[in-house]
Amino acid sequence: MELMSRQETWNITYTHALGETASYFYTQLRDHAKLFGRRCAKTGKVLVPPRAFSDETLQPTTEWVEVGPGGRIEAFTMVYEQFNNLPPPPYAFGYVLLDGADTAIGGYFKGVDLSDPHKAAEQLAIGTRVITRFAEERKGDVLDFWFERA
Amino acid sequence: MSTERVGIIGIGQSEFRSRRDDASYPDLVREAVALAMADAKLDFDAIQAVVYSLSPDAMVGIGNAERLGVDAVGGRNKRFLRINTGGATGISSVTAAYYHIASGACDVVLTAGADKVGECGDSQTVLNKIWDPTYERQLPLGTINMLAMSAVRYMKFYGMTEEDMARVTVKNRKHAALNPRAHLRKLVSIDDVLASRYISWPIKLLDCCPQSSGGAAMVLASEKFIRDNHLDAVWITGLATCAETYWMGDRMGNNPTAEHADAHALSRAFQRAYRMAGITDPARQVDVAELYAPFSNTEFHAIDAAGLCAKGESIARLREGEYDLEGRIPVNPSGGTLCTNAIAVTAMARAAEAALQVWGRAGAHQVKGAKRAIANGNGGDHQIFGTMVIES
Repeated sequence: MELMSRQETWNITYTHALGETASYFYTQLRDHAKLFGRRCAKTGKVLVPPRAFSDETLQPTTEWVEVGPGGRIEAFTMVYEQFNNLPPPPYAFGYVLLDGADTAIGGYFKGVDLSDPHKAAEQLAIGTRVITRFAEERKGDVLDFWFERA
Repeated sequence: MSTERVGIIGIGQSEFRSRRDDASYPDLVREAVALAMADAKLDFDAIQAVVYSLSPDAMVGIGNAERLGVDAVGGRNKRFLRINTGGATGISSVTAAYYHIASGACDVVLTAGADKVGECGDSQTVLNKIWDPTYERQLPLGTINMLAMSAVRYMKFYGMTEEDMARVTVKNRKHAALNPRAHLRKLVSIDDVLASRYISWPIKLLDCCPQSSGGAAMVLASEKFIRDNHLDAVWITGLATCAETYWMGDRMGNNPTAEHADAHALSRAFQRAYRMAGITDPARQVDVAELYAPFSNTEFHAIDAAGLCAKGESIARLREGEYDLEGRIPVNPSGGTLCTNAIAVTAMARAAEAALQVWGRAGAHQVKGAKRAIANGNGGDHQIFGTMVIES
């Protein structure tokens, strides 16, 4: 017998409130091209991206600490496949431990030739020093900055 | 809590495929339920509660699809609970069914679900939505990219190569070829895997699980009910869960609370389950392991976390054939998640396979003489884990 199907698309718009902590982070990023973390007074750890509380102590974080712009690569991948609603490949992104931070933040890696995956992987190896670059026009978003090899 | 054991008395699983155009979503749930009920040889009136296994709604494209599922599981007038812990959903559902019985609230509980991932052309779009909309959603995060980043750390710490990853696929496809329910059953060589295109470096197409459609169901009962009704059963002797931080970037950097290369909380969950089951040396006491690993690289840290070897040793042991069907501790005799991934029930399929193995009912991929099996599920961004020990 003929088996039939129906197509549906979900297109839902949300306006997410970012809260006080992320709002401060993003205004500093937008207005001054600076990155900040939040220190947990009990563990001393500087959490980046900044959070209002520490998952280790469940205490509120207490202090803003400027971090970066230098850092080191902690994890990376290069994406060669097109996924629907995600950027056109190839691209590289991953996590960087910014100077002064204790946890890593995600961002794109730019300025690396991705045409040979193995060579690109060497360029982005864990431990590689990077520098944060900021967009000229910033909106107050994670995509306002990216990382390049230092 | 009762000191009586909880047994598995019925198992039903679809033959998993990309699409099942002959069956609507509730039809597919019903198919698995009918198979499990026939296996348990019970009348539906015996079921006192239903635990409904359903991961993100957007994967099946039906909001709160447990609503449609109520009829398919015979849930009318019964205790009913939906469970969603992402990829761990299936084993979390078996766990919830277990506790309905262990608490003394029920004697017979059904857990069931289905997924039609093959109907969702955008599974990585759906999975991108599991990331925080404040700081991380803007990045192209998805489950493949997230586990590619685990792979690069595992490579750095333990020396895993792309060829080592390929060996996992080759092994699991060999097992899946013997399992009529598995989705990807074609044998592949190391060269085939290495020649397949990169998705997210170092993960290539043949290092990835498929998007599967199919259902699974299990019937659990109290030891007293099993004894009184002279039923055949295998036993859940240990089970546990464990979670770790949402933040992937906290699983690296300075003194991380967990390490993204490893499956930290999975290791804890196994230790808890082993304690409950009285297992002190899993590398010697476990006969077969069905470990959740949707990408080839993640089978290594799952084997490590299960305590079947020291961290990183799984690479050499797999190369030597220790985890083959004929090896010392076969891992993923069904072909595993790498060959079949109907997300809502994929971790239930791990528990079901472990049960079939110790029951001696696994068919062509039976591990000879298996008496004690382990299974697990991983959910979220490698964050929420469930483990189980099942014995004959």
